[in-house]
Amino acid sequence: MALLRCRGLRKEFGGHVVLDHLDLTVAEHQVVAVIGASGSGKSTLLRCVNLLDELDDGTIELDGEDISDPRVDPDRVRRRIGMVFQAYNLFPHLSVLDNITLAPRHVHRRVRAEAEAQARELLDRVGLGAKADAYPDRLSGGQQQRVAIVRALANSPRLMLLDEVTSALDPELVGEVLAMIRDLKADGMTMVLATHEMGFAREVADEVCFLDAGRVVESGPPEQVLGEPTQPRTRQFLRRIIEAGRL
Amino acid sequence: MTLLDHAPSKAQLRRSAYRRRQTVYSVLVAASSTAALGTLLVIAVTGAPGWDRVRRSFLDPEIARDALPTVLSGLWLNVRLLVCCAVGALLLGLVIAVLRTLRGPVFFPVRALAAGYTYTFRGLPLIIVLYLLTLGVPGLRLQGMPPVLVLGGIALILTYGGYLAEVFRAGIESVHSSQLAAARSLGLTYRQTMRHVVLPQAVRRVAPPLLNDVVALQKDVGLVSLAGPIDAVRAAQIATAQTFNYTPYVVAGVLFVLLAIPLIAVTDWVTLRAARRQSGG
Repeated sequence: MALLRCRGLRKEFGGHVVLDHLDLTVAEHQVVAVIGASGSGKSTLLRCVNLLDELDDGTIELDGEDISDPRVDPDRVRRRIGMVFQAYNLFPHLSVLDNITLAPRHVHRRVRAEAEAQARELLDRVGLGAKADAYPDRLSGGQQQRVAIVRALANSPRLMLLDEVTSALDPELVGEVLAMIRDLKADGMTMVLATHEMGFAREVADEVCFLDAGRVVESGPPEQVLGEPTQPRTRQFLRRIIEAGRL
Repeated sequence: MTLLDHAPSKAQLRRSAYRRRQTVYSVLVAASSTAALGTLLVIAVTGAPGWDRVRRSFLDPEIARDALPTVLSGLWLNVRLLVCCAVGALLLGLVIAVLRTLRGPVFFPVRALAAGYTYTFRGLPLIIVLYLLTLGVPGLRLQGMPPVLVLGGIALILTYGGYLAEVFRAGIESVHSSQLAAARSLGLTYRQTMRHVVLPQAVRRVAPPLLNDVVALQKDVGLVSLAGPIDAVRAAQIATAQTFNYTPYVVAGVLFVLLAIPLIAVTDWVTLRAARRQSGG
């Protein structure tokens, strides 16, 4: 069964159409990579799925429930979805541990000791156990992004949305974040990732969606979309990526 | 450590020597220009034709000693009032600022009221608010009317609450929307986001201007004496009227500065710390 089903999504910003009749289906345990140029609507799609941006048309179903219905409590929906941002968005006034336990303690009403034990375990697993009491500004970009992923995981989400999570990182720090996403896939996490890392998309994604001007122009297995694209716009995009040395 | 083993090159030694010479030269220039300006000032003031008379009526040590106890007891009122009003105005300002950020049509009256409050009390001169509360309100002859001092304190809280609300609001708005997005994406409600993510960052950021307003409040609390209570300045005025000598005012002024120094020092320290945090340390 589809975990996430988006039908006919439309979003405008000041007369500019960002999402245009966009359809996307993600099955449980599936990893979908959304690729496309800047401004093609990748981030807006993820923000709409997480109800951070309001749709102008279309429906989004999560686990068969229509979450785009205005009567649905968005806070309840967001508890089931983890989101990671390009700029990490850690809370600078909270320690790593407090960043991670904020939602478990205040949203899921877990006792502090229990939430902290879980957070420390998650941190240990990604090799950041020693940073639990540090503040975000003492961490490298790669470490901050890994903490941000752990923070989203602490909510035990059904679905993870990763919005260009390596785009703000120095090249030598990209690997550690990608390794973590690879582990998530191995654990069976359902993920939608907007990305510029074509090599990684090819390796980790079950399906690649090429977005252009708010529409899915082409989608399918990575070998097909990235290897033998049928649409001229996909070919043009990939040619530019190859020229830039990113594939 | 390689740093300690490092033997500086000839070029570096020459540069260091040059910089040391420059430092000595700068200190000498600063010292001599300060001394020159100081001497000029002293000569200008003490050499003025009216200096002797001014010294007798403003800087009489005997009168200063006599006025000190009453001015000090007046200052005690300033201090107590300052503490109560500062706490009250900070709380009021924070509440008003948060009310102004509420979204949704249900909160329109609350928003409008909060906005109207900040416009009115930032525009209204403090003295008029004081007169309205300390002279006007008791005129209603209601049961259980608080003493004039409390009414004066309320006037100060109302006026300063308006300023502080705007400072808090600026702080709230300075927290980037990506922080809100991150908090909401974790499932936190608007209230939880405000409480745990926005306000802690906002308050830290505006602590220096908030404290600066508290320093200003310290001088304005004395205005309650217009309604009767005797603060330091009023005590000095009474002493002056008895002796026809202005020295008690100077005593009160010196005490005010002494009282302000710790508060200003704290403000500077907080500002410095905030600046260090901003730059990432």
